[in-house]
Amino acid sequence: MIKALDIEPLLCVDGVRKSFTMHLRGGIRLPVVEHVSFRLVPGECVVLGGPSGVGKSSILRMVYGNYAVDGGSILVRDRVSGEMADLAAGDPRVILDLRRDSIGYVSQFLRAVPRVSAIDVVAEPLIARGVDRTAATAKAGEMLERLHLPPALFSLPPATFSGGEKQRVNIARGFITDHPVLLLDEPTASLDAANRDIVVTMIREKLAGGTAILGIFHDIPVREAVATRIIDVSAFSARKAA
Amino acid sequence: MSAAPILSVAGLERRYGHFIGCTDISFDVFPGEVVAIVGESGSGKTTLLNCISGRLERSAGEIRYRMRDGRFPDLADLTEAERRFLMRTDWGFVHQNPADGLRMRVSAGANVGERLMAVGERHYGNIRQTATDWLERVEIAAARIDDQPVAFSGGMRQRLQIARNLVTHPRLIFMDEPTGGLDVSVQARVLDLLRMLVADLGLSVVIVTHDLAVARLLSQRMIVMKSGRIVEQGLTDRVLDDPHHPYTQLLVASIPES
Repeated sequence: MIKALDIEPLLCVDGVRKSFTMHLRGGIRLPVVEHVSFRLVPGECVVLGGPSGVGKSSILRMVYGNYAVDGGSILVRDRVSGEMADLAAGDPRVILDLRRDSIGYVSQFLRAVPRVSAIDVVAEPLIARGVDRTAATAKAGEMLERLHLPPALFSLPPATFSGGEKQRVNIARGFITDHPVLLLDEPTASLDAANRDIVVTMIREKLAGGTAILGIFHDIPVREAVATRIIDVSAFSARKAA
Repeated sequence: MSAAPILSVAGLERRYGHFIGCTDISFDVFPGEVVAIVGESGSGKTTLLNCISGRLERSAGEIRYRMRDGRFPDLADLTEAERRFLMRTDWGFVHQNPADGLRMRVSAGANVGERLMAVGERHYGNIRQTATDWLERVEIAAARIDDQPVAFSGGMRQRLQIARNLVTHPRLIFMDEPTGGLDVSVQARVLDLLRMLVADLGLSVVIVTHDLAVARLLSQRMIVMKSGRIVEQGLTDRVLDDPHHPYTQLLVASIPES
């Protein structure tokens, strides 16, 4: 912990609160988390722990700007400028810039786009950064091969793929860039043991390269293989007070 | 993304007598950005689109556009020549009904070529070649170049309308329910085409739609309208996954699976 303070953090979450107000249910307010504070330095893998429904995925989604926060700040180091930018302030353009260059997210489920092939889904984040299409596609092919996706599937849209195949496309897409902060929501949930081991190796390579990872892993062997620290999200739960 | 907006709307209002079409509308569009305007029928989204594209007089407010030379005038202060340049070259407008944006009784090639002639292209061979290239980009066989759009299916007509709009290399495209009248499989093809062209050409787009799936697929930012006013705006996935306003929550809850 003392060591963590010496190194420049890549992500600082401070005093974040979140609740949902359900206007269609008579305005009922559902508190989720409060006083969420932690930081991530390069090369560490922080795992969000705690039972289902405690707010782990909500924290990941807030850190990606997908959920708004009620209060607090989420500072992410901008890969381009080196400055910390507050993603929690909700400026869409700040969030989009951070997502392109600084913070990546592998969701639990792939949101397939009609008619877009698996290899193009994977290459897209590189192309968005200005990498030449041919080079990006070649890299995407390498990623998918490494994850043992059959080459016959590369040119097909993932809509009809199995759960494990979709998840590997999702992982390849999330790992293809060198975002300094990577958010992983159960990346190995629907994978067999062999592919799970490959993902563990890929996570370790990212960590060795200085990426900071924040993740949810219910799979205990995976968690033990990659976690450098576990945060018990129950400590932030706002439900007990409600 | 560049720091200066290409389009800036402030305090815009349009009244029809005492009735409010839209009011208190303020937002910016930045280069390369797709902004979706969503809301139910009668929410004022098409009135708003028509005002900001210079097709309908506004009652109050400012609409500024970044000209190619960097000036940022209000549309009301443009000369007639500048206005014509925007309409014919620098802007595109994709209508829900392709018949509103095409000339149905001239050939597909002429529909595309006409916009080129309007910007001064005169060489027949070049015009035909460019038209052929654009038909192929929107997945219409070059052999159909001499056919009239009346002989085309709805999806083909919509793709032709897109080609006609993009041939002059516009910087800003307005779209009014571009996939509204198409069946689902055709819709997916048109959407995919739009998504690719917008990304490849770095276009700025303002798209009006009542279909949240279309907004999710194409846009980075979303504006939700109800009764002529903006009730919520923000990053598209944030608005759809964590909607705050009661009306947005109702919209999101009303679709089977977003």
